[in-house]
Amino acid sequence: MQDIGLSAHKLSVHYGEKAAVKNVSLDFADRQVTALIGPSGCGKSTFLRSLNRMNDLIPGARVTGDIWIGGENINSPQTDVVLLRQKIGMVWQRPNPFHKSIYENIAFGPRYHGIRDKKKLDEIVEQSLRRAALWEETKDRLHNSALALSGGQQQRLCIARSIAVKPSIILMDEPASALDPVSTAKIEELIAELKQDYCIVIVTHNMYQAARISQKTAFFMLGEVEEYDDTDKIFTNPQKISTSDYITGRFG
Amino acid sequence: MNAKTADKIATALIVTIAAIIILILAGLLGYILIRGVGHISFDFLTSPPETIRAGGGIGPQLFNSLFLLVLTMIITIPLGLGAGIYMSEYAKPGRGTDFIRLVVEVLSSFPSIVVGLFGLLVIVNLFGFGFSLFSGALALTVFNLPLMVRITEQGLKSVPREQKEAGLALGLSKWKTIRSIMLPIAIPVILTGTILAAGRVFGEAAALLFTAGMSSPRLDFSDWNPLSPFSPLNPFRPAETLAVHIWKINSEGLAPDAPEIAAGASAVLIITVLLFNMIARWFGRYVHRKFTATK
Ligand SMILES: Nc1ncnc2c1ncn2[C@@H]1O[C@H](COP(=O)(O)OP(=O)(O)O)[C@@H](O)[C@H]1O
Ligand SMILES: [Mg+2]
Repeated sequence: MQDIGLSAHKLSVHYGEKAAVKNVSLDFADRQVTALIGPSGCGKSTFLRSLNRMNDLIPGARVTGDIWIGGENINSPQTDVVLLRQKIGMVWQRPNPFHKSIYENIAFGPRYHGIRDKKKLDEIVEQSLRRAALWEETKDRLHNSALALSGGQQQRLCIARSIAVKPSIILMDEPASALDPVSTAKIEELIAELKQDYCIVIVTHNMYQAARISQKTAFFMLGEVEEYDDTDKIFTNPQKISTSDYITGRFG
Repeated sequence: MNAKTADKIATALIVTIAAIIILILAGLLGYILIRGVGHISFDFLTSPPETIRAGGGIGPQLFNSLFLLVLTMIITIPLGLGAGIYMSEYAKPGRGTDFIRLVVEVLSSFPSIVVGLFGLLVIVNLFGFGFSLFSGALALTVFNLPLMVRITEQGLKSVPREQKEAGLALGLSKWKTIRSIMLPIAIPVILTGTILAAGRVFGEAAALLFTAGMSSPRLDFSDWNPLSPFSPLNPFRPAETLAVHIWKINSEGLAPDAPEIAAGASAVLIITVLLFNMIARWFGRYVHRKFTATK
């Protein structure tokens, strides 16, 4: 049995009166990729965003249930969300680099968290960019605007930015859906690489992608988890009709 | 009538209305500029006015207008930024904030003469600041502040939500995220709005009649000590601004060349306000390009 990186227990999310996520319990193991799939509007993003308390920002959103990270229920009013979010990286559907230089995009977080030494920061920037397979392309223009990078490069930069503050968990919401096939392949490669060190939860609408990169897959429908199992099993031998209908493309 | 004809008629109508508006505007501008520009000279812009003789200038008034603008902005910008950030990022949506927003809207649409009278009663008399630049600046703040709050709110609202989330997801505090991630992106919008607001302050007259006053002491432009009574920099002296000056010489000017002076001063005023607008646009575009383009 692997370590549990993150565990949701009876998690529900309401927007006003409307339930978007209903009573979801899922364990996400460390050093493994878990894919969340399901038709659009079924609550995947909502679920993912409650894991780092990002839904706190949305007026009217209410998250109930427990989220356990290392023996602590982080879905509690006592939780220091600022501290919590440092431990959980996040990558969005559309690349959202800061309007700063490539270097600053990476160095900004670590510097804020107390690393002032220029040498140390340089090191972190290089490591993070190498980790995100972006170093070779950017090392000669670290101080140019990050917005000048291509979409795929920007997305890798965003991944580098999140790992620079040393999280243990990375949440990704359709990180490749706005990218071309070549960039997508690079992101997938990168995820496979990062898996060795992080607990990764990724939302994807691309069945093949889920099959390629994840070890576990959770199939969401109408806010509930229909099926959760090893990815192989979900794609070769699903237990539910709805799952097999979805992965064979009969709806969604 | 078929859709095509209707479309043609509607288009023609809209084009005509637009043309009429542009013509009126151009006519107005042209009239003021043509009448006034000939009178503008370096001497006109720098020398003090004359009461009964011809040949007076608008030097002190121009200076007063600019100085008042700076004073107003020194008061408005920090307050407006603070309140705007609070309203957009901290205030919980609800009846309280809706009420504040309503007050802000009402304040910004107050007739300026009413603000002037309010300034006379409260700032000039009750608080005892007298007719002074400072009183004028406070009066202008009354309707400039709401504008500034709205501009700041708009600026922050224009920042993509993912930028804010990216900051928070890195474990930055809310304030740090606002200050270092959101504000830099919002600055072009905020600055453009601020410059436009400044143009409005510059042309204001009614609110200043009873607050900054309708006369200036004989300014001594060699004395830059803000505390001495004849120093141009003294914020507690009365000060007639350019717009007020235009109003005054038009209604009670005794100098034989009063109409020409009024025309020249109007042209200067218009040109300055136009400049503010152009700078605002140019600046907005420049910063936008700088932030989003390749270099
Ligand atoms: N900010 C919000 N306010 C209200 N309802 C929302 C909000 N975000 C999402 N929803 C609703 O919650 C449901 C789940 O949405 P989402 O989590 O984005 O689905 P998915 O990511 O699976 O496509 C949808 O019905 C959507 O309309
Ligand atoms: Mg989604």
